Amino acid sequence: MPTEFLYGVEVVLNGLMAGVLYALVALGFVLIFKASGIFNYSQGVMALFAALTLVGIMDGQVPFAHLINATFGTEIHHFGWHVPALLAILLTTVVMVAFAWLVQRFIFRHLVGQEPIILFMATIGLAYFLEGVGDLMWGSDIKTLDVGLPQGASLWIEENTAFLGGEGFFGFFIDRLDVVAAIVAAVLVAGLVAFSQYTKQGRAMRAVADDHQAALSVGISLNFIWVLVWSLAGFVALVAGIMWGAKSGVQFSLSLIALKALPVLMLGGFTSIPGAIVGGLIIGVGEKLFEFLIGPMVGGATENWFAYVLALIFLVFRPQGLFGEKIIERV
Amino acid sequence: MSHHPLHAAEAAKDDETYGRLEEAHGIEARRIGGTLMEMKNITLRFGGVVAIKDISFDIREGEIRAIIGPNGAGKSSMLNVISGFYNPQEGEVWFRGEKRPAMRPYQVAQLGIARTFQNIALFDGMSVLDNIMTGRITHMKSGLFRQALWYGQAEAEEVRNREQVEKIIDFLEIQSIRKTPVGRLPYGLKKRVELARALAAEPKLLLLDEPMAGMNVEEKEDMSRFILDVNDEFGTTIALIEHDMGVVMDLSDRVVVMDYGKKIGDGTPAEVRRNQAVIDAYLGVAHD
Repeated sequence: MPTEFLYGVEVVLNGLMAGVLYALVALGFVLIFKASGIFNYSQGVMALFAALTLVGIMDGQVPFAHLINATFGTEIHHFGWHVPALLAILLTTVVMVAFAWLVQRFIFRHLVGQEPIILFMATIGLAYFLEGVGDLMWGSDIKTLDVGLPQGASLWIEENTAFLGGEGFFGFFIDRLDVVAAIVAAVLVAGLVAFSQYTKQGRAMRAVADDHQAALSVGISLNFIWVLVWSLAGFVALVAGIMWGAKSGVQFSLSLIALKALPVLMLGGFTSIPGAIVGGLIIGVGEKLFEFLIGPMVGGATENWFAYVLALIFLVFRPQGLFGEKIIERV
Repeated sequence: MSHHPLHAAEAAKDDETYGRLEEAHGIEARRIGGTLMEMKNITLRFGGVVAIKDISFDIREGEIRAIIGPNGAGKSSMLNVISGFYNPQEGEVWFRGEKRPAMRPYQVAQLGIARTFQNIALFDGMSVLDNIMTGRITHMKSGLFRQALWYGQAEAEEVRNREQVEKIIDFLEIQSIRKTPVGRLPYGLKKRVELARALAAEPKLLLLDEPMAGMNVEEKEDMSRFILDVNDEFGTTIALIEHDMGVVMDLSDRVVVMDYGKKIGDGTPAEVRRNQAVIDAYLGVAHD
């Protein structure tokens, strides 16, 4: 096989892996949007906050340490223990559930029936608030997140694919973390699908996504379901935060990956879970391949804008996305 | 509605129709029991508009109770009060011998009060079967963990829920569309699926908001037959709102008549028909 072609395949594979991470973030958006019609701008910040909390708990950091020290003149920063990764993930999940409950109790419960733009503005406010709270709780320095996930190129894959090419080809270069991320994302999606198809709460969630009034009439509490979807979105944010955090450190820019999720949603449709996955993969592969093929001709750095241009094209020709519900206005 | 034995008999009597209540004692042993629900001096306001003004009536166990009245009489508001979608400013709602506190609609549903809607509220994205299964949600008790592992209570529960749903699908003759997404069904069938979903909850009280609105004659006859059969076979207590006078008189045991938010008549169909206030307000003053 020609080496050029094999490099192309490698680019596609790496694109798929990156796409999985986009899909993870987009998934959080879809969950909340489907069930409550709220476009949650703070999804990216939730991922950041979850990752910060996870690192903080693992390192035994004292939350609000700066605030406490400044107020009482103390000098405490650490509890002096280290929490194992799995337990810390569990505790962070609890924090995200509590966050979901607070958001529902103090914000969206009071905004039921409001215009979508008002709900959207509320989530923008929430995003900045959460960002501030994150800083205040855990400090604003860049942190490394190590939950024991494998890192670096997989030698196994390299060695076992080297035979495909000729002289100059040394096998596919694939980050092991990306492979793990792909597997985790697949398990997460399978779990979510099973949950929504086969459990009472999942059925109730689908019912609420479909019709609020009908859901009420069969005995479903909307409040409960909304707390549930915010919790799920919080958990998805945590997973996304772990993957991105392990890849590039836990820092403010993590919350900006949410912006990459927007074109993913344009492609996949705002209401479709499979859409979020497929959209994420298309964007991931598309931008890597575009950079590989066209990039050199235009001076590179196409990854910064490719996704948005693709989203724009979709907005013009297929505004509901690949899988979204078609909007038909009756006159 | 000649399909139904009761109505064959009723039709024979033609003008002098008695309510099914009296008749039932003679022909069929339909058990009409004590009071299931009692509305006491209900007043409902929207800002300055009084939708319901000091209305009291009761619903007995096992009966078909109709609420009728011209447009804007407050019938739907009354149904919404019963189902918890509105909470009245004044008055008390008694259910099964207990005063019901102000409740959210889903809590009312959990008490065993199921309902349908005038303009159909189904889950369009789900199949007919899934829609009806949602009606069982109040009967699903096992925890998430057990559901995930699918053992013990969870399995038994799911089997029982399935059985009940299949029974209702058979009963309402919708086997052929069980896998069809509800959004694709014609209007008449949608209404039937909505009835099925409400029935799946095995309600103690079934509320039907204009079950025959917008139907053609044939569909209306089918629906009336189903309502009567549900009442007969499951013994379900039914309260319904209906525009079609003929239908109401044929179906119901007792009728409440509303006009401008007030109650102007209450009794068997025959009694209500003779009530001058009802004739004036609802049927218009007779000229023949």
